[in-house]
Amino acid sequence: MENEKVIVDMMRSGHMACPGCGVVIAMRLVLRALGKKTVAVIIPSCSSIIASTYPNTSLKVPAFHGTFESAAPTAAGISYVLKLQGKDDISVVAFAGDGGTFDIGLQALSGTVDRNEHYIYVCLDNEAYMNTGIQASSATPECAWTITTPSGRPFRKKNIMEIVAAHRIPYAATASIGYPQDLMDKVKKARNIQGTKFLHILTPCATGWRMAEGLTVKAAMLSVETRLFPLYEVFDGRRYVITYEPQGFPIDEYLQMQGRYGHLTQDQIANMQTQIEVEWENLRNKVKDCQC
Amino acid sequence: MRELLTGNYAIAEAVRLAKAQLIPAYPITPQTPIYEKLSEMEAQGTLPGIMVRVESEHSAMAMCISASLTGARVFTATSSQGLALMHEMLHYASGNRVPVVMGCVNRVLAVPWSFGSDQTDTLAQRDTGWMQFYCEDNQEAFDTVIQAYKISEIVMLPSMVIIDAFFSSHFIEPMEVPDQVAVDRFLPKAALPERFDIENPTFVSNVVTTGSQFMPFRKRGFDDMENAKTVIKKVDKEFEEHFGRRYGMVEAVQTEDAQLVLVTSGSMTSTARVAVDSLRNKGLKIGLLKIKTFRPFPSGEIKSALQGVAKVAVVDRNISLGNEGIFCQELKSSLYNSDIRPPVYGFIAGLDGLDVSPDTLEGIAMEVMGKDEPNDLPVWIGGS
Repeated sequence: MENEKVIVDMMRSGHMACPGCGVVIAMRLVLRALGKKTVAVIIPSCSSIIASTYPNTSLKVPAFHGTFESAAPTAAGISYVLKLQGKDDISVVAFAGDGGTFDIGLQALSGTVDRNEHYIYVCLDNEAYMNTGIQASSATPECAWTITTPSGRPFRKKNIMEIVAAHRIPYAATASIGYPQDLMDKVKKARNIQGTKFLHILTPCATGWRMAEGLTVKAAMLSVETRLFPLYEVFDGRRYVITYEPQGFPIDEYLQMQGRYGHLTQDQIANMQTQIEVEWENLRNKVKDCQC
Repeated sequence: MRELLTGNYAIAEAVRLAKAQLIPAYPITPQTPIYEKLSEMEAQGTLPGIMVRVESEHSAMAMCISASLTGARVFTATSSQGLALMHEMLHYASGNRVPVVMGCVNRVLAVPWSFGSDQTDTLAQRDTGWMQFYCEDNQEAFDTVIQAYKISEIVMLPSMVIIDAFFSSHFIEPMEVPDQVAVDRFLPKAALPERFDIENPTFVSNVVTTGSQFMPFRKRGFDDMENAKTVIKKVDKEFEEHFGRRYGMVEAVQTEDAQLVLVTSGSMTSTARVAVDSLRNKGLKIGLLKIKTFRPFPSGEIKSALQGVAKVAVVDRNISLGNEGIFCQELKSSLYNSDIRPPVYGFIAGLDGLDVSPDTLEGIAMEVMGKDEPNDLPVWIGGS
């Protein structure tokens, strides 16, 4: 019998993640919450080299490595057939990076959410194309250094949660590796909801953020506590719920621990702080507006 | 039952009778009526499978692949730009050894934008590891879909069943549609491996890191594609036992005593049959070789058919810029190392569905009969 108190990890150690990888923590937590009755879809991303390479795999659940832009329809295809086979108790989860979600896979993701296909999409967001060696994506924050934005990215980070919510998706949530219980609770909630579920997990990347390996979880926690990456849920694209009340620390410490922000001026930092406050107010208004 | 069907509807009927379980589809002219007909069947409750109206051909093939790996018989159809968009996933399908069957209606690739038939769209997918069957008429399209499921599920490589835009896709022909019982007898319910077993978890389509790991996968695909020739012939023979029709990988018509053999594929073959009859009536020893199976390429069958033939003229409704017609290239290359090496005359005709009439083909035959040696470059019928 399944014992909730016993932790069973569906990932093995010895995988190929960089030291201090945030993605691997997120994958482990998601799979721990989902358990054995899971089929995973991996696409080219950090998660693909973490999950394999031949003849090994770190995953203890059956998995398929799909193509970069097709995590969503690949997962949906498996889900349709499992249903035809009467295997309704098996969850299908797609792991995609920020490039595979915000950029090249956005069209396909939109398609599956539109059709409300039954699976869980997990975006492991490390805010750049880290697997190919730190190139900017549309998830890279404004001003952040990458190798392809040497003087900082000139555009603001795309708001993927609003895009997904606009589809009236049954369930979307942000989650953080700094708050594992909140993350796993959201995964378990997602598992029991019919249709498409979307989880946006910020996964700090020591390598790409130019940060010491031991700071990954601290960076994740600070991203939440500064309200840069608040933890919330959206039901049916309309009803917003904040799942953790952040303390509202200033952004400075979060930025100072990351070499990718080393070039920021005081003005840029002040501007970032203002934007965080505006976005936080927007989110709180959505929570208030949707007490319906 | 005797029915009047377009090529597109013939394919849709075959997909229904083959009991495809999942059909991700996306519209593109001139394939769209396949999608529409299957949707109508689904709405009427006569389609055994479910349809998914995806947002691109790329996603259609992604879904076909993962659904097939999960254990379902699947189908999709496309043309031209849609097939080009799918290109990445075509390699992915054959590499993952999924028996996907896809209807392809040959349509010219832009630019300029147009709609007529041109085989360059499917021939450009030559190296994706799919079997390719070019069908002459609507009956053959229907029969080939049924055969393709059986072949693909034995070989574990995907198949394209290919017809010409409008000439086949939209033209109505009388044909025989067998009933479900007869089709079930020939093509039983799919029994595909279910690759995602939670009791025995494996990682499908893993990342390899060296050529020494990669090459054995490709070699195995290569060997299985070669072995597919035997499977294709066996399934064709079985099909004949069930339904009284067979096609062969190639069909040789009056080639035994021929001084010149015309080589065609697709719907142009029907026209060539008329042209050859007419030329024979005029006392000219002209034969016809129809190439139906393009991948795997039927080199052995072609050599047998061309034994003792003085000249060959290949008429291609496609062009590889920088070289010549693609059937012509392939045919020449299959003969080069053999002792059967008649001069091969290449012709480019009928691109974008330009009519290739019996007169056109007779003209080609007469031109070749009067020549001593072929040009290096193909002769264009039209185009200037």
